[in-house]
Amino acid sequence: MKLPIQLIAGLVLTTIFSVAVAVSFIWTPHDVTILTIADKLQPPSEKYWLGTDHFGRDMLSMLMVGARTSIAVAIIAVGIGMGIGVPLGLMAAANRGGLLDEVTMRGNDLIFAFPSLVIAILITAVFGPSALNAILAIGIFNIPVFARVTRGAALSVWTLDYILAARTCGKRALRISVEHILPNIANLLIVQGTIQFSLGILAEAGLSYVGLGAQPPTPSWGRMLADAQTYIYSDARLAFLPGIAIVMMVLGLNLMGDGLRDLLDPRIRRER
Amino acid sequence: MIRFAASRLLSLTVSLLMASVVVFAVVEVIPGDPASYMLGLNAAPEAVEALRDELGLNGTLWARYFGWVTGMLTGDFGQSYTYRVPVSDLITQRLWVSLPLALFALLISTLIAFPVGLIAAARRGKPSDYAIMGITQLGIAVPNFWFAMLLVLVLAVKLHWFNAGGFPGWENGLLLGLKSLTLPAVALALPQASILARVMRSSLLETLTQDYIRTARAKGLTRAQALRRHALRNAMIPVLTIIGLQFSFLIAGAIIIENVFYLPGLGRLIFQGITQRDLVVVESVVMLLVFSVILITFLVDIAYAAVDPRLRSGR
Repeated sequence: MKLPIQLIAGLVLTTIFSVAVAVSFIWTPHDVTILTIADKLQPPSEKYWLGTDHFGRDMLSMLMVGARTSIAVAIIAVGIGMGIGVPLGLMAAANRGGLLDEVTMRGNDLIFAFPSLVIAILITAVFGPSALNAILAIGIFNIPVFARVTRGAALSVWTLDYILAARTCGKRALRISVEHILPNIANLLIVQGTIQFSLGILAEAGLSYVGLGAQPPTPSWGRMLADAQTYIYSDARLAFLPGIAIVMMVLGLNLMGDGLRDLLDPRIRRER
Repeated sequence: MIRFAASRLLSLTVSLLMASVVVFAVVEVIPGDPASYMLGLNAAPEAVEALRDELGLNGTLWARYFGWVTGMLTGDFGQSYTYRVPVSDLITQRLWVSLPLALFALLISTLIAFPVGLIAAARRGKPSDYAIMGITQLGIAVPNFWFAMLLVLVLAVKLHWFNAGGFPGWENGLLLGLKSLTLPAVALALPQASILARVMRSSLLETLTQDYIRTARAKGLTRAQALRRHALRNAMIPVLTIIGLQFSFLIAGAIIIENVFYLPGLGRLIFQGITQRDLVVVESVVMLLVFSVILITFLVDIAYAAVDPRLRSGR
């Protein structure tokens, strides 16, 4: 089977970042916790491949460790969204038209009215800024997304004959949901997961840019951009590098999502 | 239609009520006393007591919630603790920056996305389609605040065509105000336009496979004519949905973008509120943002039902 070109491009980009993150745990070119003010704002050189920032920290190392923050926040946020949203969506679909369905959908509408930034603002106003806030804010915003996708897809599976067969065998709704519905909508959830993952990276960058996410000294791409703004007149490189990293990461995930959807959904493949 | 509108109005009211409970509850769970939280650790006990009185914290939970909601309904959001002026005045003042910014961005993104999506759909599978799909894919991946920084770098710092930030105020002329909102609006619009153009393209392609388009082609219309006369209007429904959904992203985006350009809008207000621990301001602006998202959703729902009678029954 021929793999879609986007999938390959996406996989290459995501692999590069995953490897960079994995390597950052055992080795970075320089230690990002040590400030070498004497070497501040150095242009790229043999010692510092991408130059240094305003504290003399190596930019390449900062980007590698920053990727960790972005990816960790986005992965956990997707986990929260899936972990709560998918069971809710499955239950709502199993009780179609029932009280549980109604309550879930109304709850979804309610959360949809709170953009993740607004949730982050509320949490920060109460508990102060931290990376955990970003995770919670993005994660909470992901719940209705997954609940909706799950419910919609599950509803169409519920109408199929083999579900009727399973019901005639006396299987309960819960067992049918887990054993028959979930595996059949897994493709869709994986694709949605990729999309939410890339949205999470963007949201984390935005939140830490305005100071509602990871706090210094934890390096994060958004934080690096916020710091770079002060130096944009003198050294634009500081603003370019983290921005390009974000774009490449998000682009990679989006391409992978598109590619996966084309691969997993033959109907769409034929139409396009 | 009226029944449909009434039922949506009811659910709008329920959503708003629930949202107000959530916001109120979040502010309530602040560890310790809001008054001493706002004044800091070294506040004199008398000052804390005076603020408690001013905030009405000495009443019961229900009385406070009820007072807050009825206050908002009559346009009274309470006093800002740091500015010593009614929050409603602050909000109106800042809204004159944020609302034009959001609408300006919406206008730009629609003006870009419609023709671009149309061209891509009309030239499906040709190089121009691939180019558009590639560029929009990139546009989605670019964080708007980073794009904003690049715009500042090129158009303001290098070319001096625009100011790097700040807002002169509308009283100094409409054009000057619009000029200072141009870069922020463009930055906000880019990712939205990319998404919208893609939705526009796929929605048009979907309608082009419908039977009535084949009929139109059969009676002798060219592909472009069929697209213009028959497909366009039918393809608008998903596009409208996305525009409605994007409004909430525009609001969130505007809050961040205002910080890049130092615009005195709601975004700045809310961040000042957070750093100065002005809970009344934070609570009110959050409620206002949530209200506008809910209202837009409601209006989009009504707009659909007006356009497409099939959507009136059920949900």
